[in-house]
Amino acid sequence: MDEIQSLIQGFAVALSYRNLALMFVGVILGVIIGVLPGLGGANGVAILLPLTFAMAQTPGGTTSAIILLSCIYWGALFGGAITSILFNIPGEPWSVATTFDGYPLAQKGRAGEALTAAFTSSFVGALVAVIVITFLSPIVARFALEFGPPEFFAVYLLTFCAFVGMSREHAFKTLASMMLGFALAAVGTDPVTGTLRLTFGSTHMLAGFDFLIAVIGLFGIGEILLTLEEGLAFKGASAKINLGVVLETWKELPKYWRTSIRSAAVGCFMGIVPGGATPASFMSYGVALRFSRDGEKFGTGQVEGVVAPETAAHAAGTAALLPMLTLGVPGSPTAAVLLGGLLIWGLQPGPLLFVEQKDFVWGLIASMYLGNIAGLIVVLTCVPLFAAILRIPFSVIAPVIMVICAIGAYTVHNSIFDVWMMVVFGIAGYMFKKLSYPLAPMVLAIVLGDRAESSFRQAMLVSQGDMTIFFSNALVGSMTGLALILLGWPLMSLGIARLRQTLS
Amino acid sequence: MSGESGGRAAFSQKTAEIVVAAVFMLLGAIVIFDSVRLGIGWGEDGPEAGYFPFYVALIICVSSLINLARALTVRPEKHKTFVEIGQLKLVLAVLVPTAIYTALIGWLGIYVASILFVGFFMRWLGKYPWWNVLAVSVGNSVVFFLIFEIWFSIPLPKGPIEALLGLN
Repeated sequence: MDEIQSLIQGFAVALSYRNLALMFVGVILGVIIGVLPGLGGANGVAILLPLTFAMAQTPGGTTSAIILLSCIYWGALFGGAITSILFNIPGEPWSVATTFDGYPLAQKGRAGEALTAAFTSSFVGALVAVIVITFLSPIVARFALEFGPPEFFAVYLLTFCAFVGMSREHAFKTLASMMLGFALAAVGTDPVTGTLRLTFGSTHMLAGFDFLIAVIGLFGIGEILLTLEEGLAFKGASAKINLGVVLETWKELPKYWRTSIRSAAVGCFMGIVPGGATPASFMSYGVALRFSRDGEKFGTGQVEGVVAPETAAHAAGTAALLPMLTLGVPGSPTAAVLLGGLLIWGLQPGPLLFVEQKDFVWGLIASMYLGNIAGLIVVLTCVPLFAAILRIPFSVIAPVIMVICAIGAYTVHNSIFDVWMMVVFGIAGYMFKKLSYPLAPMVLAIVLGDRAESSFRQAMLVSQGDMTIFFSNALVGSMTGLALILLGWPLMSLGIARLRQTLS
Repeated sequence: MSGESGGRAAFSQKTAEIVVAAVFMLLGAIVIFDSVRLGIGWGEDGPEAGYFPFYVALIICVSSLINLARALTVRPEKHKTFVEIGQLKLVLAVLVPTAIYTALIGWLGIYVASILFVGFFMRWLGKYPWWNVLAVSVGNSVVFFLIFEIWFSIPLPKGPIEALLGLN
């Protein structure tokens, strides 16, 4: 029971006054970010990342910094539910499925119940995922210590092929958007030989495109432009949560234990395999709809219809940190930003982290337990406060969010050119969203591009250009094989559908 | 999107699809061009610098070609609106000031530019009374000044007005 012992040590790290205070600050900031249009988990963390540069320099500071940032993430996951239920506006893509039953409940005057159910099942989902992380990640990390360049490249390949295979968007749009990310990552200095690539003589391009700028632009500015189309006013139900409603809902929730377990399992799986929180929430809503006794009443305001997507979204969002910590491959855009943070602070994510930075890893894992408890307390007690934020008129909040994004983009490298890049990425994000080019694979490609390329080229060096190295042993072979199956999946499913059509 | 809500279309979905696919292909072509310059073959130290970007760009071009073909073969009865004129006006009403704002950051510093930007929005789109506009826009910049310059000591771009006030 090494894990338990390490975890207890982790709690000792996480339970300092400073870290506890940071948890609450992070969660509150996160909920605000999750509630505001245009700010979400990924770009919220990206904007606040530069603020942690100084913090990470102090002894033990990296742990505090990751606690702050990960708690912002938990807060954003909680916050998405508030806007979906009260305003029928999903504050985050993964809370779209929550609107299906959450908003009808609010219209019936049962907003308090819906919110309590959403927050509690978010918490349960996160808890299951953290337990999975606690016990599974040391095993994965130990296993991954043996990985060489071909294995790592196979992991990257699997990650990106999973996007093509599991994405709800058109496969070639996913491919185009992902490869654009790789091309952007290639700009600047070649990681292996140091040659300058794709800079075309511009000094601004020397350092390449920073993914933080891309995240702030794509998710922040793009989202604001999209929100604007819908007009300038939000209309929503009012919410009050008191202890009576909370206790009553809690009495009712154990009834849905089957849905909770199923959704948590779907969520953990989709988080570890980089499917992400958004498909997880839809999938688990669909599964619950099919298996529930009240399935036909879904969409009219069923508490179960809130429990399913919220559990899965939060489980997936949390589980996405497992591959980030153990393999250095993030499962979601926000996990990618956190990974970027680790790199900037001078930590190498990957299996060695569990050997060399025990305090950091276990402090983070312990903080996941505590941060989610903090989150549950904050959201249950402060809902009216957060809902009030959405009543600030858009003509005030939109420019302020723009200013925040601009400051966030500037502080990454202290360069005004980056602010321009953010605007360009914003326009791209708006177009991509409207034409359903997925953004997550692009962001992940920008983050992982250099490392995927390095591991590919190192593997090629070892094998002297022989591609069969990616099938040279059972492990790497099965990963590559699975990746290729996932890559071909859209074609295969199309073929199967055609075959069925011709047969019937 | 809201194709049936009655607003006149500024662009059709088809036009937008074609433009985006074309931009993708252009970017792919640029990357291929530079990769070929760097060498896309096998050097003495493994694959050359252009090897990886070349194939990446090749996939970009092939996939956008397919996307382009799909966009061109959309049947007329399935034509949808990409953005209505009213919506486009709102989007541009934010985008153009944002571009001006970004240009102003370089001249006036971020704090003064933000006062103008937030103030402009509130006055023009929100139609707030002047005292209201002034309080929020100035207050916003003061709060950010306190957070960044004082609390976290991260210097943001400042301009002539801060220099006059001796805040540099």
